[in-house]
Amino acid sequence: MAKAPARKTAAPKNTASTPAPATNRESPRDPAPYDATPAELEKFYREMLLIRRFEEKAGQLYGLGLIGGFCHLYIGQEAVAVGLQSALDGDKDSVITGYRDHGHMLAYGIDPKVIMAELTGRAAGISRGKGGSMHMFSVEHKFYGGHGIVGAQVSLGTGLAFAHKYRGDGGIAMAYFGDGAANQGQVYESFNMAELWKLPIIFVIENNQYAMGTSVNRSSAEDQLYRRGESFRIPGMQVDGMDVLAVRGAAEAAIEWVRAGKGPVLMELKTYRYRGHSMSDPAKYRSREEVQAVRDKSDAIEHLKKLMEEAGIGEDKFKAIDKEIRQIVSDAADFAESAPEPELHELYTDVLVEQY
Amino acid sequence: MAIELKMPALSPTMEEGTLAKWLVKEGDAVKSGDILAEIETDKATMEFEAIDEGTIASILVAEGTDNVKVGTVIATIAGEGEEAASTAVRAEPVEAPSSSSAPPEEKSGPSTSSGQTEEKAAKPAPTQRATDPSLPEGTTTVRLTVREALRDAMAEEMRADDRIFVMGEEVAEYQGAYKVTQGLLDEFGARRVIDTPITEYGFAGLGSGAAMGGLKPIIEFMTFNFAMQAIDHIINSAAKTNYMSGGQMRCPIVFRGPNGAASRVAAQHSQNYAPWYASVPGLIVISPYDAADAKGLLKAAIRSEDPVVFLENELLYGRSFEVPDVADYVLPIGKARIMREGGGVTIVSYSIGVGLALEAADALAAEGIEAEVIDLRTLRPLDTATVLESLKKTNRLVVVEEGWPVCSIASELAMVAMEQGFDDLDAPVVRVCNEDVPLPYAHNLEKAALVDTPRVIAAVKAITNRA
Repeated sequence: MAKAPARKTAAPKNTASTPAPATNRESPRDPAPYDATPAELEKFYREMLLIRRFEEKAGQLYGLGLIGGFCHLYIGQEAVAVGLQSALDGDKDSVITGYRDHGHMLAYGIDPKVIMAELTGRAAGISRGKGGSMHMFSVEHKFYGGHGIVGAQVSLGTGLAFAHKYRGDGGIAMAYFGDGAANQGQVYESFNMAELWKLPIIFVIENNQYAMGTSVNRSSAEDQLYRRGESFRIPGMQVDGMDVLAVRGAAEAAIEWVRAGKGPVLMELKTYRYRGHSMSDPAKYRSREEVQAVRDKSDAIEHLKKLMEEAGIGEDKFKAIDKEIRQIVSDAADFAESAPEPELHELYTDVLVEQY
Repeated sequence: MAIELKMPALSPTMEEGTLAKWLVKEGDAVKSGDILAEIETDKATMEFEAIDEGTIASILVAEGTDNVKVGTVIATIAGEGEEAASTAVRAEPVEAPSSSSAPPEEKSGPSTSSGQTEEKAAKPAPTQRATDPSLPEGTTTVRLTVREALRDAMAEEMRADDRIFVMGEEVAEYQGAYKVTQGLLDEFGARRVIDTPITEYGFAGLGSGAAMGGLKPIIEFMTFNFAMQAIDHIINSAAKTNYMSGGQMRCPIVFRGPNGAASRVAAQHSQNYAPWYASVPGLIVISPYDAADAKGLLKAAIRSEDPVVFLENELLYGRSFEVPDVADYVLPIGKARIMREGGGVTIVSYSIGVGLALEAADALAAEGIEAEVIDLRTLRPLDTATVLESLKKTNRLVVVEEGWPVCSIASELAMVAMEQGFDDLDAPVVRVCNEDVPLPYAHNLEKAALVDTPRVIAAVKAITNRA
């Protein structure tokens, strides 16, 4: 049995550690946990809860046969997308990720209805029903997908960063990928060019401990993934991805560095997915106790809730938020179930932009 | 109101399963994430989790039950403050849906799935193909090599649009491995003419991302043999994005470089990828022969909002041709060119094969066979109309291709002729391609493997009863 990663996840509470650099090269400042106002705490809570309830509903709709194909849920990892994206400038910065993308879109404020309708393959979906769970985009929100090939988003994200620098628009790119993608060759090709050309990009490894069914320890010679940029001189940070304030605090340190034109940063967010890799994964490669232990001890939403209670937010408030989020998700599901499928002529549209 | 728990579909293909084991009993309090039951699918045993909080009001399907259809209500949960007992009664009459894993009919909205198989989507009518721009009377020409024409095309477009940049191995300081980008660094500087490390997968992906982010990259592969390292981005990232995003996100990028056999560089450096790329919906594939087309089509490719694979040929780079001396020479994508008119046979080719076809046509003319030679120029979308029009006139078709015969552009054209020009054929379509082997190094073997003029002449004679 793989050694329980739960303990590792639980270890660094409220902190983000930047290891001592190997040389005396300059590195990003030590991050501090974000000092959130009660209103911000509530906002994070609301967003994380929306992602969880949305994904639970997606799982349910999959079970009913309303969602097909591959469907990768983000449950457990909510603090990562919410903490990081809350630190970005939505008008300037771009984001790209792989196929576990629903959470990132919700964290970006994209309408849950059009996301859910894409999952059910309806014309009102954000990709007009032609992309599905893994292929969703919102150019308007500078969210560039939603890519189905493991690791591709890292090179593509490096291109987004290249475009920011080329135009001199002050924006940065954030490219999310998993511990599995961290072993793809193109990731390192991208690291090399990004540092060589000092591109404004934050590489984010969401280390949820398992690449489908293979644990990090069984797949990675260097399992401290934040160190994977060292030979390219890319500074690394390891962050507790179950603590939204630690994530947000680390994001600010990373963004400061990248926006100052000092080149990329590699962040490793230690997190955990509660569900299988996709809906059809029975997750037999880990014990039920391991999953339960993370849920009990390290759950990102429960952790935030505790902080809010300490800040004096009462049970009534939580109940009200819970009710409101359930309504949003339920409305999204109703919309996604009742919206019509694409017209058949859409089969032939959008293959090319122009006519030849 | 009680929440009904239905038999879930736990894989894309599951229609029914075995309710192996209940891990809760009636009256148990459950919260989100608790495992309620184990369900055996056709592939694996899966855990079934609670999504809502409440109390198990009733269990309606006993453990050990086989063939439970997806969608069957297997239990109910009473929410906060509800009487568990009363909800059980209400849940009783619910029946399993009859139609396996398919979503209930009424939920799929106006365009229901019934009868959908009989319905056939109407393909859009083909658009009127553009023709080459007519040049004003008295237009002069300049003699340019293909290499110079390609460089001029890039330089002209880069002057007009700051979003365009060139990226690749040795494109800047070295002035191009084959000198196609000569002088561009001097004129446009290192911001827009960028030497990359030897990292095809990486810079093809970077270029595609930059295109998605609003720029117009020209990505040079030193040769297309190395683009196999990058083909995932060309196909999965560049070609499919517009479709997958419902037309929301574009990828206007040009991948260009030499393609096909060069000279004595053997198997790994000598391959024609035209049929590979031409098979992919979402890509434009262009492969010009002469300098005028190289210039006019590369300018069109750079301006296009679609991803373009632009296949050049190393052996043609140094050849000189007349190029119209006009300010902005742009040719339409998707339009073949009749290089030589004739009524006896149609010879279709592209890239270096066009030269062979023209030579063969001259030789055939001396023997009284007038060949019509068509340069396809664009391989996707393929200008089948021009080919079929010519076939109607000549009733004979030969396809010349410097590439392997199997699954080639030639095979595609043979199929087009059969599907759309069958009644016009007086003889079988013949393809003249390379031998079906990896390209050898030895001079004599290489020569034997590659398509040449005598083979074209022989093929034409074979189908015009002159062999």
